[in-house]
Amino acid sequence: MTATTADAPPPELRLPKRRGVELLLLVGAVLISVYGYAAVGLARNDAVPPDVAGYGAGLGLLALLAHLAVRFRAPYADPLLLPIAVLLNGLGLVLIYRLDLETPKDQAAPTQLIWSTLGVALFIGVVVFLRDHRVLQRYAYLSVATALVLMIVPIFFPAVNGAKIWIRVGGFSFQPGEFAKILLAVFFAAYLAANRNALAHTGRRIWKLQLPTGRVLGPIVAIWLLSVGVLVLERDLGTSLLFFGLFVIMLYVATGRTGWIAVGLLLAAVGAFVVGSFEPHVHSRVQDWLDPFASIDAGRGPGQLAQSLFAFAAGGMLGTGLGLGHSILIGFAAKSDFILATAGEELGLTGLTAVFLLYALLVARGYRAGLALRDPFGRLLSIGLASILALQVFVIAGGVMGLIPLTGMAMPFLAQGGSSVVTNWIIVALLIRVSDQARRPRPDHVETGVIAPMAEEEP
Amino acid sequence: MIRYIRRAAALCLLLLVALLLNAARIQVLDADSLDHNPANRRLTIARYSQPRGNILVGGKSVTGTKDTGEQLKYERTYTNGPLYAPVTGYASQTYGTTLIENAEDGILSGTDSMLAPFPLWNEITRSQQPGGNVVTTIKDSMQRAAYDGLGGRRGAVAAVEPSTGRILALVSTPSYDPGLLSGTGSSVTDAWQQLNAAKSQPMLNRAIRQTYPPGSTFKIVTAAAALDADVVTDPDNETDTPSPYVLPGTSTTLPNEAEGCENTSLAEAIRVSCNTVMAELGVRVGLKGMVDAVRKFGFNDTGLKIPSGVAKSNFDTEMSDDQLALSSIGQFDTTATPLQMAMVASAVANGGDLKYPYLVDRTTTRSGSTVHRNGSHTYHQAMSPRTAVQLRRMMVDVVEQGTGSNAAIDGVKVGGKTGTAQHGIDNSGRPYAWFISWAQAPDSAQPAVAVAVVVEDAAANRADISGGGSAAPIARSVMQAALGK
Repeated sequence: MTATTADAPPPELRLPKRRGVELLLLVGAVLISVYGYAAVGLARNDAVPPDVAGYGAGLGLLALLAHLAVRFRAPYADPLLLPIAVLLNGLGLVLIYRLDLETPKDQAAPTQLIWSTLGVALFIGVVVFLRDHRVLQRYAYLSVATALVLMIVPIFFPAVNGAKIWIRVGGFSFQPGEFAKILLAVFFAAYLAANRNALAHTGRRIWKLQLPTGRVLGPIVAIWLLSVGVLVLERDLGTSLLFFGLFVIMLYVATGRTGWIAVGLLLAAVGAFVVGSFEPHVHSRVQDWLDPFASIDAGRGPGQLAQSLFAFAAGGMLGTGLGLGHSILIGFAAKSDFILATAGEELGLTGLTAVFLLYALLVARGYRAGLALRDPFGRLLSIGLASILALQVFVIAGGVMGLIPLTGMAMPFLAQGGSSVVTNWIIVALLIRVSDQARRPRPDHVETGVIAPMAEEEP
Repeated sequence: MIRYIRRAAALCLLLLVALLLNAARIQVLDADSLDHNPANRRLTIARYSQPRGNILVGGKSVTGTKDTGEQLKYERTYTNGPLYAPVTGYASQTYGTTLIENAEDGILSGTDSMLAPFPLWNEITRSQQPGGNVVTTIKDSMQRAAYDGLGGRRGAVAAVEPSTGRILALVSTPSYDPGLLSGTGSSVTDAWQQLNAAKSQPMLNRAIRQTYPPGSTFKIVTAAAALDADVVTDPDNETDTPSPYVLPGTSTTLPNEAEGCENTSLAEAIRVSCNTVMAELGVRVGLKGMVDAVRKFGFNDTGLKIPSGVAKSNFDTEMSDDQLALSSIGQFDTTATPLQMAMVASAVANGGDLKYPYLVDRTTTRSGSTVHRNGSHTYHQAMSPRTAVQLRRMMVDVVEQGTGSNAAIDGVKVGGKTGTAQHGIDNSGRPYAWFISWAQAPDSAQPAVAVAVVVEDAAANRADISGGGSAAPIARSVMQAALGK
């Protein structure tokens, strides 16, 4: 160091907005997706797909519009969130386009692109119009009511592939349960932010566990019943697991009471065991998980899970390369629930690890925003939203890889499914909003640029 | 709250680690067993994703592939299926492979590591080698001569080059078109069922997979044993054998079909095919001597491969003297494949030096550079050179003045031996007609070919005539083809 620089006055501390970094990362995300798209064409037909420029331009435009919305409306937002979402969404489109080549009669990529566009539009809408996430706190009970309606409605529609989670009107279908996730996270965050002290400090203590009182036990039992109800009435193990896991995590973060966790896990275990034993659809999934190759031994050929495991194994360390795998052998749901198998086969353990790390990064940034925020509602909301992503990735990835019983659920951003991709874009929009709030300098502390963690009372 | 958020984040990290460990378990640790699970279609798809290599006869491919546009992309075709079926076998997407298609599958399908210039680099890039070619030792003109000669009758022809062991013709009729079995679907399964149900057993490769009682052709083996064991010192001397002959330890008499066999010489016994002489000589050699002698010709060898496995030709190793007597004239439990009997003729023709028979000359990459070349090597010294010289003369006599005159070729030294084998309950079945022979061009130092022909449903009354009548003309045309006449 030279004397001059040492003598120079320290530069004014200014919290960088990092929008340039975001833009650079976005360019990278778009380029990687375009490269994947071209690689599929090169592998299959020895030629770059003719519409690669159009595809790249379309994805680039969507990314640019989202970026501009963030730049002007949430300038302090975390710069990693949007690029990760664009990359995952772009990769998902590549994988679906790649699988479309195997099923010429069933083209899913164009529809998925339309849904992605709608998702980005909603993302921009949320970023532009939701100026402060705390507004949502006011609509807690409206949220939970809407969520309940959304979850109950599909029960009156016919089951699709064993699960009653779809609403079909004409040729248009969507899963309302996807939207209910966000609404429930909002409700949980609001409810817990308001009641966390009561929940944390009342109740009897038995040995080391502090048990909740009956008065506040009500909501938890209600949620448990709701999850089991979803499980039984809609035969959707995944959503049930997700709701319950989300609630337990948020409850723990809000109160720090291990007693709640104990009660929650106990209830979950009882519910899962009973339903897993007696509900035939769920029971068969559990059997599949215990022995994925039973159907082969019985001479009925490999089941979906076995095919999925074959696909992952075929990928090995480095993968077969995009367009060169045979994950279509999985058959039904190869583009939706089992999309990860295509990633595993064609990108290998290396690519799969990269995908998992992208999700981990997304979740970590959500948690980070939660840590940095000052208001309990914002904290719980960002933890909740990030946890939705984490749990969803774990439940479906663990399911298709034989780690836990398989449950029908969409891999965030990757899987085919309009409701899912739209919901995930909204989740990312909300995370952008809270992270903007978290990193935004407080008016009275602008010059320091340091965000002091909120002092709080720990029990 | 911060502490709890951190703990929740730790939980998420735990989930991530669980996913990554599980991914490594499936994609790396268990990958091999999953890849090779028989229910996993990937190996099959990869196998048919590129054209299969070809099988060559006389420099020309007798196989091909066609693009089906289905999941299993390329399907096998055969240019002259029934003619070469006993050589090529079939390569079916439904029923697997047989014969050369099976034995050289690694080369043909491109999976053989020898095809790749840099095997390790190949593992990483997962690049597939194009299927290599298999060049057979078959001579097209001989194959056709044998096939036409059999003319659809049940039977088989095997021809080898005595000096090298190269298999020059391998025919089994009635045959089938292996192309019918190439693909998948109901047409293939129907064809399969039909072929398997057919009474004529068209998919049976009679030349190497069917054994027949060799009958009188086996007398060449017994004669070699007797000469080598000095049971007979001069083939032109009288042998002191009665006719008819009472089987040792029994009251059963063994008759002769031929006249004047009593006490006759070995040479004469071969020329007119005397049962009594050869049965007695077999007994005089003894069980141990006979078993040792037949082993050197290839009998009782379960491991003979050309490269496909050849059915074991049998000579019992434990039996009583009366059974030994019958076995020595190619009856009782003695059985042989046509290829085995061609090897017997080959051993005699080549001075006792029996070469190991082989059907694949070399394997090449798609572009034609050699991957592996099969060389000639000795299987056994089947008899002493002196014995071979004596037997050659006796076999020539059979053709020039004996039962095998139908095999004679003008200006060519031809040696042969006829045979008829009774079979069925009380010998009620139509006899099998046998003929084994060899031919040597006058200007050549080495015999050109050794042939064995068997015709199953030869209609004939007198035993040895049927071998000479039905089978010898086929052997003759095959030998002519070998000599280029």
